[in-house]
Amino acid sequence: MRDANYEINEAGIAIVSIDMAGKLNIMNDAYVAMLDEALTRLEAERENFVGVIVTSAKDGFVAGGDVNKILALRDTGGNAAQAFIGHLKAQLRRLETLGRPVAAALNGTALGGGLELALACHYRVAIDGPKVRFGFPEVGLGILPASGGVVRAVRLLGLLKALPLLTQGKQIAAREALALGLIDAVAADRAEMMANAQAWLLANPKAAQPWDRKGFAIPGGDMFNLANASALSVMPAMIFKQTRGLLPAAERILATAAESTLVGFEAALAIEGENFCELLASPAAESLMRTMFLQMNEISAGASRPAGAEKKRFRKVGVLGAGMMGRGIAHACASAGIEVVLKDVSLEAAEGAKALAAKIFDARVQRGGMTAAARDEALALIRPAARLAELAGCDLVIEAVFEDVALKQRMFAEVAAVLPADAILATNTSTLPISLLAKGASTPKNFIGLHFFSPVEKMHVVEIICGAETGQTCLAQAYDFVQQIKKTPIVVNDHRGFFTSRVFSMYPDEGDRLLREGVDPAVIENLGRQTGMPVGPLAVQDEVMMDMMLRAYQANQKLDAELGGDYAATFQVCGETQAMMCGLDRPGRAAGRGFYDYKADGEKTLWPGLAGLFGGNTGMPARDIKDRLMFRMVVEALRCLDEGVVETLRDGNVGSILAFGFPVHTGGVFRFVQSYGAAAFMTRAGELARTYGARFEPPAGPIRRLGAGH
Amino acid sequence: MESAYIYDAVRTPRGKGKQDGSLHRVKPVRLLAGLLTALASRNRLDPADVDDVVAGCASATGEQGAAIGKAAALLAGWPDTVPGMQLDRFCASGLEAVNIAAAKVMSGMESLVVAGGVESMSRVPMGAAGGAIPLDPELMNLAFYVAQGVSADLIATLGGYTREKVDEFALHSQQKAAAALAEGWFRNSVVPVRDRLGELVLAVDEICKPDTTMEILARLKPSFAKMGALGMDQVAIAKYPQVQSIIHVHTAGNSSGVVDGASAVLIGSRAAGERFCLRPRARIVTTAVVGSEPTIMLTGPAPAVRKLLAKAGMSLSDIDLFEVNEAFASVVLRFMDELGVPEEQVNVCGGAIALGHPIAATGGMLVATLLDELERRQLRRGIVTLCAGAGMGIAALIERV
Repeated sequence: MRDANYEINEAGIAIVSIDMAGKLNIMNDAYVAMLDEALTRLEAERENFVGVIVTSAKDGFVAGGDVNKILALRDTGGNAAQAFIGHLKAQLRRLETLGRPVAAALNGTALGGGLELALACHYRVAIDGPKVRFGFPEVGLGILPASGGVVRAVRLLGLLKALPLLTQGKQIAAREALALGLIDAVAADRAEMMANAQAWLLANPKAAQPWDRKGFAIPGGDMFNLANASALSVMPAMIFKQTRGLLPAAERILATAAESTLVGFEAALAIEGENFCELLASPAAESLMRTMFLQMNEISAGASRPAGAEKKRFRKVGVLGAGMMGRGIAHACASAGIEVVLKDVSLEAAEGAKALAAKIFDARVQRGGMTAAARDEALALIRPAARLAELAGCDLVIEAVFEDVALKQRMFAEVAAVLPADAILATNTSTLPISLLAKGASTPKNFIGLHFFSPVEKMHVVEIICGAETGQTCLAQAYDFVQQIKKTPIVVNDHRGFFTSRVFSMYPDEGDRLLREGVDPAVIENLGRQTGMPVGPLAVQDEVMMDMMLRAYQANQKLDAELGGDYAATFQVCGETQAMMCGLDRPGRAAGRGFYDYKADGEKTLWPGLAGLFGGNTGMPARDIKDRLMFRMVVEALRCLDEGVVETLRDGNVGSILAFGFPVHTGGVFRFVQSYGAAAFMTRAGELARTYGARFEPPAGPIRRLGAGH
Repeated sequence: MESAYIYDAVRTPRGKGKQDGSLHRVKPVRLLAGLLTALASRNRLDPADVDDVVAGCASATGEQGAAIGKAAALLAGWPDTVPGMQLDRFCASGLEAVNIAAAKVMSGMESLVVAGGVESMSRVPMGAAGGAIPLDPELMNLAFYVAQGVSADLIATLGGYTREKVDEFALHSQQKAAAALAEGWFRNSVVPVRDRLGELVLAVDEICKPDTTMEILARLKPSFAKMGALGMDQVAIAKYPQVQSIIHVHTAGNSSGVVDGASAVLIGSRAAGERFCLRPRARIVTTAVVGSEPTIMLTGPAPAVRKLLAKAGMSLSDIDLFEVNEAFASVVLRFMDELGVPEEQVNVCGGAIALGHPIAATGGMLVATLLDELERRQLRRGIVTLCAGAGMGIAALIERV
């Protein structure tokens, strides 16, 4: 049999072991054909066996659907999606009504469609391995499990137990799955698993699914059953709190699951299918699949990494400057098993920073994400230092000191003396041009920007910035480093503000403009969050601290004066407003007051004094407010594309989502335009420009490129 | 067009809506049937002359299912020729029944109709009948649905009604109700409930707390803060982005009480009154029903009353008394603010906060109360209005004759 092994053992058990080409079993066309073949054979040879084990020859069981296939179904349109999932559903129905008991021997991870296959078996036993996971990730792709996963999960577990699994996309380990009732048994290894499955089959010759037995009642009853009703009455609001109503999948899964309890099995499957097709057609689904799955995978596979350069594994990294960023970077390196020298002006300062890094590890141990032993091992890799000489032998040095050109340039010159010739020198600057700093480096082709985000342990993206002279090998190795510390690299070219800061600065700037125009600050903040941004534009300034942002603004003004250019002017309103607020001694959250007043318990309310300064009665359509905030960032991103700051759509999309929380349902700043429709986007941008200012005029070139869909 | 007259209006006392409430042992169809019997005997009415029994009932399931209006007519021993029905407009059901009866009569379609409602919240709890609006996630998402208590808190937030202000309103309701009960102001319309053996079960509304104080009210915990925190606050703010955060001020002490009860109003044409020797007490001038914003849900009364007055060609100054159902304190506060109606004219006998709100029965009860009070004070016109779920408001204008 193709893509699977089929045998009947001496005990009369038919064993189908899925083994497709490639590393994982994925549900693509080949998988579907394999299952057809297996089912036909099982049906034909039913008299020759007393039970069936479905398992996998790979490390994992079945990893779920093929996202490319799902997107293709979407693009084909018409009946294609319905037909495909109809076929999948029919296959699983054949399996569970075969007339012989079927056991799923889950040797490894089963996600999405793989878990649906397991649920269509009468019995599930799994290896309790450290990496084994079960779950329904479909919600994260904007769709739902469509080969009976919603229906069977609810009928097996009841609404209250099935819903968190279906709507949150969590992946759970075997023990948790057992406790939940998702699987029936655990085993220590393959042999024990197979023996367990076989024993069950022999003891249960007349197995049938609970929902195929007379008198079946869904555990916990239907959606109107009192126990379910009280949970269901708040669930839409709980989902809304997470998604702001911007991600339809979780809401739709809830509605589908609830409705499935009111109807018979076949009708429930039909309802599931109908809702899947509607979700598939949604813009959010396409955005999530293209950006968060396909484009993320492209980045992981090194699409923006220069080909040909040999992969580099870093063994010793130096961090100059043991401030907040420096210790965060040290923590990241140590977590990945890399020896890191954390240097500051004094040993005391460096050791203090290591102690703070230790706290990050402690929190992980407390959460159960790390053993104490692993923490100790990682901490031992961090070496506090005060002398530059201790950086000898580092393959990479990352500078994270004050944003001062002369200081940085001097440090680069000094450290070069102790480093090997091919070492990479990186700067964590968020403001200063790489090419300018490279003047301090002895080997500019090995000089690069590595822009981390704060807090480093929570932010998974690193913006790699290539200076004018940065070499391809350096870029490739920087890419390797970011992946080695398990973060996501995006690649941009050296321009003022790089990509992420430049684009994100537009958000607080536009928020401040709205405030200065007299829009109610509560409305600005709430609508900002309604677009999907994590916090409102005023809150974000409080959190980053306006005194720090003001210093950066002034530094940019100085650079404009020295180097020519007008970069700071793009967020001038923001700079001026921050100067005003700092002048009123209201710099932000850490001081207890900014745009908001902060209470000791963390609660915040907008400072009533804003009304006196800016008014707050200007009426403005909610749509305009939201679009101004979004389009301002998107248009700036398009300018970045036009100027070659960022070269690929994927780096912009992923960078915007991971670095500053651009709403994930949009798929990122460039996907935003494609979802909107390039022509419609131009029209709307034009309207905004005419009403509110030329800053909304997008450059024409990138629009054409986005319209073409690559 | 005909005129529709109110010939009589009766109600049961409101029993506590829990298992230890006095009316818990009386099945709901019996509560309503008892009123039908009372109407017939008080008015020397031959039940055969009744064209229809229109009964509101919101949790119309279990023993409250299956056209309880007809069931009550049967149980009361009324002739087979008298039909009956049930209707549901949530909290507005009782007044809707009255309004439908008025429409039947004013159109000339029917001559004599009994309209009211019944709700035994202790035996068939609110929500027992499920429903699409409160539980189908698709509809909840569409409507930006929040629990009605969160809606009430949103009204308080937008109106600036502090906890103290809503508690003060609740205190007034208790005080007015206590006075009305002590003075016997409800005696004309309340029909005591008796058991099968004729023994008295309940004669007066039983949940009023005359000894309520601001301190007692202040100790109660906000009922809807948790639901709000789980996400309903965010849903509400999404519709009302000018709100920073929702203040949760409603408690068991300033929200309507859960009770059992029934109401029945005898409505007919002038000719029917003459034919059956009935003395008309008031005329239903006009009625109105509106839909309103579903998230804030409970702001229907003001637009309903505006629509009502416009239809009647009247203004607020033509109205002497208002019965505005006290679903939650903020509902009435907002109504008074929106229309500029002074508190002295509103709920002069207290309201649902003190006496209880037997969902579908309330509208008919408020008609009875208002009519009695207009007669007692020798006043002329009154308006009954209620908010209802999913964003609706209902009103009726009655004029003594």
